[in-house]
Amino acid sequence: MNDTLSRYRTMTGHRLFWPAAVLFVMLAANTIYRPGFLSIELKDGHLYGTPIDILRLSAPLILVALGMTLVISTGGIDLSVGSLCAISGAIACMYISKQPDQSSLGVVVTALAMAMGVSLVLGAWNGVLVAVIGIQPIIATLILMVAGRGLAQLITEGQIITINSEPYRAIGLGHALTLPLAIFIALAAALLVAAFTRRTALGMIIESVGGNSVASRLAGIRSGRVIFLAYVISAACAAVAGFMMTANVSSADGNAAGLWVELDAILAVVIGGTSLAGGRFFLSGTIIGALIIQTLTTTVYAMDISPQTSLLFKAVVVIAVCLIQAPAFRARFSRRRRNVPPPAPVADKPKEQVPA
Amino acid sequence: MTDSRPVLTMTGISKSFPGVRALHDVNFRLFPGEVHALMGENGAGKSTLIKVLTGVYDTDEGAITLHDEPVSFTGPMQATAAGVSTVYQEVNLCTNLSVAENIFIGREPRLLGAVRWGEVRRRARALLTRLDLDLDVSAPLGSYSLAIQQMVAIARAIDIKARVLILDEPTSSLDADEVAQLFRIMRQLRDEGIAILFVTHFLDQVYEIADRITVLRNGGLVGEYLTTELPQLSLVEKMIGKELDVLEGIEEHSRRDLATLEEGTPLVAVSNFGRAGAVEPFSLTIHAGEVVGLAGLLGSGRTEVARLLFGADRADGGQVAIDGASGSLRTPAQAIDHGVGFCSENRRAEGIVADLSVRENMILAMQAARGWLRPVPRRRQDELVDKYVKALNIRPADPEIPVRNLSGGNQQKVLLARWLITEPRLLILDEPTRGIDIGAKTEIQKLVTQLSDGGMAVLFISAELEEVLRLSHKVAVMRDRQMVAQLANDESLDADRVMQTIASGSHREEADR
Repeated sequence: MNDTLSRYRTMTGHRLFWPAAVLFVMLAANTIYRPGFLSIELKDGHLYGTPIDILRLSAPLILVALGMTLVISTGGIDLSVGSLCAISGAIACMYISKQPDQSSLGVVVTALAMAMGVSLVLGAWNGVLVAVIGIQPIIATLILMVAGRGLAQLITEGQIITINSEPYRAIGLGHALTLPLAIFIALAAALLVAAFTRRTALGMIIESVGGNSVASRLAGIRSGRVIFLAYVISAACAAVAGFMMTANVSSADGNAAGLWVELDAILAVVIGGTSLAGGRFFLSGTIIGALIIQTLTTTVYAMDISPQTSLLFKAVVVIAVCLIQAPAFRARFSRRRRNVPPPAPVADKPKEQVPA
Repeated sequence: MTDSRPVLTMTGISKSFPGVRALHDVNFRLFPGEVHALMGENGAGKSTLIKVLTGVYDTDEGAITLHDEPVSFTGPMQATAAGVSTVYQEVNLCTNLSVAENIFIGREPRLLGAVRWGEVRRRARALLTRLDLDLDVSAPLGSYSLAIQQMVAIARAIDIKARVLILDEPTSSLDADEVAQLFRIMRQLRDEGIAILFVTHFLDQVYEIADRITVLRNGGLVGEYLTTELPQLSLVEKMIGKELDVLEGIEEHSRRDLATLEEGTPLVAVSNFGRAGAVEPFSLTIHAGEVVGLAGLLGSGRTEVARLLFGADRADGGQVAIDGASGSLRTPAQAIDHGVGFCSENRRAEGIVADLSVRENMILAMQAARGWLRPVPRRRQDELVDKYVKALNIRPADPEIPVRNLSGGNQQKVLLARWLITEPRLLILDEPTRGIDIGAKTEIQKLVTQLSDGGMAVLFISAELEEVLRLSHKVAVMRDRQMVAQLANDESLDADRVMQTIASGSHREEADR
């Protein structure tokens, strides 16, 4: 009996328990509302079904949120990722649209390389503003968030660029091994970022800088380089997400592509357990966070909630998710220990103030 | 004093954290109008007992009564409202707010919801006058020294109609005059009938002010004694639970001759090294195997010297020679490349990374020197961490728990390990023994001696003169942000002479040795 209880506590104490539980409850609610929700069928060698759609549609958000996780872990924030998505998509589509053979693999690879190159430069711009010049991250990246939209408009000359390129379209809608290619791209990116941070010492050093920048400097860490790198990685992730978004619709819209994705990404990171104050980061938590957000969006459509109230519905669910994760809030409802609620360990709060 | 009924009793208190039994069946009582010292080594459970009392933690077992009524505080606010006020070791005030705001934050006198600022300032002034402090209550708290900030914290605590005042290491950052001032205030409050719970590591202070002593060891109660009936030596023995021969070991250690030590090329030699507003230009040589002590009052520029030598602050000018060749110490990373390590006096803000584990904190400096692309292999990490957890007797001995769960003294040892792992040639220790207990203090002093015997140079900074004199081969004296003297630590040098130098600033002619 005691053993079961302690096992229960160990399980609920795991940092992924509450995000995973929320995801599970959402899927269950959907299934009750619409019994066919979880069904998957094989058609023409491809798997189809709502769960597959959720995975495919969450791929861009996962990518953006991965980079955002690292930036937030350094104690910063990157508001420019939405604009970066628009810019990278615009550059790739613009280049392809100007070529005689839009479906040539060479053309697409060149387009991707160009767009990625520009995105890395813009990420470096963010990094220099924050790490070298010392501007507060929220302001530094706000510059590119606003200016980037203008830049994307400039590239597309204010038009929606439509392309007809089979290899490019595959980034968003292609299939491999019966599953959408986008899922594999997101998975590969996640593994790459995980390897990049956890197989090297980068992850620990980022956490150290985000946790206590003064102490890190006195331990000999050149924190500027690490922070710079985080913004460049974030930009690279956003660029790939931008390819996916534009490939989904085979067109680039400087205004709409990646609009507000930075907010969803920040939310995914926070739901995943990484504190906005910096320090420890959890890539797996971020991925679950992104899946929760996409499931929520799908649920809004599936339940026929009117577009006027869908944002409100989303907000209510998000508030609930954050509350469930807060130890202080849970303590009020689970008075296991006699009359006194357990203290809320300050450092375990899932979110704190934005460093501004 | 003891004839009345206790104002506060704690009976059978137990408290565990995952993997640590912090308190086990501890009893404690506090009478009105007494100063009661709570003594014990680091990790003995002093802080935990205070946090249980003030409602920061809840208890696993046991009961607390205040004025014969059972109480169970769910937070410090509630405890404060019931008349139990606490001043913590690290000052928990907002340095960007004014002195008056800090005293009344959260309980400002209001009229129709609006704060009455005139009243706030008037009452703050009255309160500080009572404590004999002459401060501008509108000035930001950060413009005053750490010692003054501590006094303001006490002012804040006693203004809330306190019946029990808990002072957790209030003297650790104060100099002698300020301690005297604090004690005067404590006696005044005691005579007003306030019960004072006093935690300190300075034994002399306990015997100067405390009426009674409760000793904890390893989370258990050792006993409660009247100060007059407990000689200092037995107190120490009760705290560490063994006979005290370790301390003498260091005294007898034959000190190597300074002249022999300083024969070769200095490891680090700086001249005309200074920074405007921090410390006047000074010259200093440090040789391999030499312990250089830095003595002086609080705020005399000791820490500033250390920060310049480590590159934490950049010097305005001057020459630096390392191993005889000209070098540069402009950033911590550069200093570390030259084999310099630095334990800051401010271990919470400038030392530990609270979120990271003990292992990660220990490995941090080594990892930083290697760069992120070359991670220290996990097996090597475990070896090193194991070695230092054992060698420095770090408790609890679990390297994977977050370092914030350790007591202050153990965090200090983790920081020491961080630098020892890098095998530095010069280790700068700024107040490494401040706020830690006598056992750990002795361990650290012994370690310094061993390290210097092994050829490491140490710059040792401490407010305790005896400690500096016991360990150093050479003592540099700071006064008003100037290095006024460098004294060879031979038979002729004693605390009195160093005090005189601090007081008068004489021996100036030796400064350019």
